[in-house]
Amino acid sequence: MIALSDFLILGALLFSLSVAGIFINRKNIIILLMCIELMLLAVNLNFIAFSHYSGDIAGQIFVFFILTVAAAEAAIGLAILVVLFRNMQTINVADLNKLKG
Amino acid sequence: MDHLNQTLLLTIALAPLVGSIIAGLFGKKIGKVWSHRAAIYGVGLSFVLSVWVLKLVMGGETYNQQVYQWLQAGSLSLEVGFMIDALTAMMMVVVTFVSLMVHIYTVGYMHDDEGYTRFFSYISLFTFSMLMLVMANNFMQLFFGWEAVGLVSYLLIGFWYKKPTAIYANLKAFLVNRVGDFGFILGIAGVLMYAGSLDYVEVFAQAPTIAAQSTELFAGHSWSVMTIICILLFIGAMGKSAQVPLHVWLPDSMEGPTPISALIHAATMVTAGIFMVTRMSPLFEFSETALSFVLIIGAITALFMGFLGLIQNDIKRVIAYSTLSQLGYMTVALGASAYAAGVFHLMTHAFFKALLFLGAGSVIIAMHHEQDIRKMGGLKKYMPITYWTTLIGSLALIGFPGLAGFFSKDSIIEAVHTSHIAGSGFAYFAVLAGVFITALYSFRLFFLVFHGKERFNTKSDHLPHESPAVVTVPLILLAIPSVVAGYFIGPMVFGDFFGNSIVVHHDHDVLTHVGEEFHGTFSFIVHGMTQLPFLLAMSGIAVAYFLYMMRPDIPAKLQQWFNLLYRVLDNKYGFDTFNEKVFAGGSRMIGQLLWKVGDQTIIDGAVVNGTAKTVGAISKVVRKVQTGYLYTYAFAMIIGLWLLLSYFVV
Amino acid sequence: MGIEQIIFYGFSAILLFAATMVVVVRNPVRAALFLILAFFTSAGIWLLLEAEFLALTLVLVYVGAVMVLFLFVVMMLDIDLVPLQEGFTKYLSLGIIVAALITVEMIAVLGASHFGLDIVAAPVPHPEGYSNTKEIGLLLYTVYVYPFEIASVILTVAIVAAITLTLREKKSKSQNIAEQVKVRREDRVRIIKMEAVKQEETES
Repeated sequence: MIALSDFLILGALLFSLSVAGIFINRKNIIILLMCIELMLLAVNLNFIAFSHYSGDIAGQIFVFFILTVAAAEAAIGLAILVVLFRNMQTINVADLNKLKG
Repeated sequence: MDHLNQTLLLTIALAPLVGSIIAGLFGKKIGKVWSHRAAIYGVGLSFVLSVWVLKLVMGGETYNQQVYQWLQAGSLSLEVGFMIDALTAMMMVVVTFVSLMVHIYTVGYMHDDEGYTRFFSYISLFTFSMLMLVMANNFMQLFFGWEAVGLVSYLLIGFWYKKPTAIYANLKAFLVNRVGDFGFILGIAGVLMYAGSLDYVEVFAQAPTIAAQSTELFAGHSWSVMTIICILLFIGAMGKSAQVPLHVWLPDSMEGPTPISALIHAATMVTAGIFMVTRMSPLFEFSETALSFVLIIGAITALFMGFLGLIQNDIKRVIAYSTLSQLGYMTVALGASAYAAGVFHLMTHAFFKALLFLGAGSVIIAMHHEQDIRKMGGLKKYMPITYWTTLIGSLALIGFPGLAGFFSKDSIIEAVHTSHIAGSGFAYFAVLAGVFITALYSFRLFFLVFHGKERFNTKSDHLPHESPAVVTVPLILLAIPSVVAGYFIGPMVFGDFFGNSIVVHHDHDVLTHVGEEFHGTFSFIVHGMTQLPFLLAMSGIAVAYFLYMMRPDIPAKLQQWFNLLYRVLDNKYGFDTFNEKVFAGGSRMIGQLLWKVGDQTIIDGAVVNGTAKTVGAISKVVRKVQTGYLYTYAFAMIIGLWLLLSYFVV
Repeated sequence: MGIEQIIFYGFSAILLFAATMVVVVRNPVRAALFLILAFFTSAGIWLLLEAEFLALTLVLVYVGAVMVLFLFVVMMLDIDLVPLQEGFTKYLSLGIIVAALITVEMIAVLGASHFGLDIVAAPVPHPEGYSNTKEIGLLLYTVYVYPFEIASVILTVAIVAAITLTLREKKSKSQNIAEQVKVRREDRVRIIKMEAVKQEETES
């Protein structure tokens, strides 16, 4: 039998992978956005695991909403990216330092 | 008005003030004549009413009432009130009389001056202030009058404000006075602290209680509270009455016009200190230390200031040093607990010193504002009235028997001789030596100015002539009391004139001892002619005659032989140099230090600019956190997350 | 080793591999494709957890819409690939360390000591005829109908926002009457003070 902890550990690993991805990646904003999607995926896995092992469907309902919001957020994030590219001609994260103090 | 009442007293005090306001504020509109009339009528009215008050007081009336309460702070009540007793009444008459004479004299003396109305406003204001001072019944009003006369003195010394020397002099007067006032206010604070009230009667009633207390001023040394208070009060008197070392302002105050030298710096303001100590006699009697202090300071002033009068060449300066010396005499009298004698000398001195100053003023007018006595001489035939009145004044000053100064000075000398508190030996020597010195410089002045050959241009068109009546009439009017005032010695000094206003303890009571030998004025005169002071005075006149009339070449030779001594005297014992270098120079240095270091370096540099620079430096470092890069912020968030996780896991 | 565990460990391995590739790979198109792989495998794991509806939704919505969107954008932007491939390893060590630390801590919390089989029992398998979709529907439209409506509003907002952000104003020659009427004098006329210029004297 697979224990709950296995799924949780899997989620944890996914999460830390994406975290590493966020700051390893310095060049590409799109990779950044993809890492965020990975993070959300890890969280979803957690929810569903808990929902399964506790028999409460509410966890899955929550995942439903996370999916919705993630889609919306991806859409807007990409729209911003497009506009940014139009103005800056680059998606290099290292060039986005207009807010530098 | 048969009795002393508030209206009468308020009129006396306020009439000069009204005159001052009219002359001061409306002088330009109403013109010179009406300005001086307003002032003279104001003071004249005060004088007449003061004489009336004196008559009432001699009939046994006294007055001590509050007129107006200014403010109340807790248990402290600051009031305006009048206390009229024999001492006050006498002072009122003296002040108003001399002030009236000076007012009339000014009509002639300041005739061509463009500040004419301003001058009258000031001298009337002065009269008001002095009256408030002497009529006060509490310390606060005394202090008000004290400060006000100091202020008017400042205004008047610097009357010709475009002269730099005048400005220097008036600032010096005010500052030195301030030093004295500092001590004075500490003394008043002490009175308030230990007596709980500022009213004279209440404080005097508590004098024995205060005297029994002592406190530690400096660690380990216990002082009697009464000594501390009295010495502090006397420091105020030292400032106002120009005792050593706070005397430095008086000679310089001669920069002011001669009428005010007569009024303020001879007759009235400088006597405020003497009056105050006499008024505080119930307190001073409890502290023999304070009395000795007073005695010694007075003796030093009397003797050493006299020496300085010997070498002065400005006619007013000689008389100024003479004033200093005579103030020393009055102070010595106070120290020997002969208050009545001191005040009596105050009265007689007011008359003959004012006379001498006004006479000098008359000479100055005649000589077209030349004040150097080396350029005068032989004025007797040109100005007879001035000559005779000045002679009377000089004889009164040196204590020639029969004239006013003789009685007052001799009673002081006898009183000091009888006193046996610490310092009385030195004081006796000082006052005796002072008699000789006084005679010497007085008659030096007299001979050089009025006798001998004329040392000015006798061929010019503007020969000196007698001054107009407005000048000579006050001289005559002042000469009269200079002669007769002495005959009041009986009741005033040895009798009961001052009654309860002056308190003397039994073992200090020198005047009663001296009074036992007093058998009337005539015998006093006869007795006096056999005593040492008379001989000293006569020898002083003789030496002056010898040196300046018979052998005028000797003084120059003396100056050469005793050159060092001469230079010490010329430098006024170094007081002025010391003050300028140490106090003035020191203050300037501190100011410079505070400016350069305190202000510029510390406040501007370290605090103001320093904080700005620090903020700048810190922000330079902290700014690096704001990289603008997304991943840095994400990293920070993750680090924070990790820290939180660690906190909960561990 | 039951079939369940084989599936689980197999899918997990592919998932982790795909995730790592997303981070590591240079070409963004390839990263997107690896991400799609990650989603597919994770859908498989969700099926294992008896969340059929969500697994299908993940594939349909997430992969079908969102990842396609990603690919669209990646293709659309003319990205200069060369500078993207430099300076990668500088931060690698630090990133790995922090990630490792976080992982270790999370495992310490989520590990078998707290959530193992002895503490949380394996669930009872559902009876026949159990429909996950039906269960979700039963809950979603009754208890959670309000969040459901809000979710739809969020999606609408997302649409509007995305369009507004990327909208380019078309330059047209047509007149805007409202603009013309709104004009003020200050927008059209400006008075400048000038010195009078003296005319040169002409010889005559």
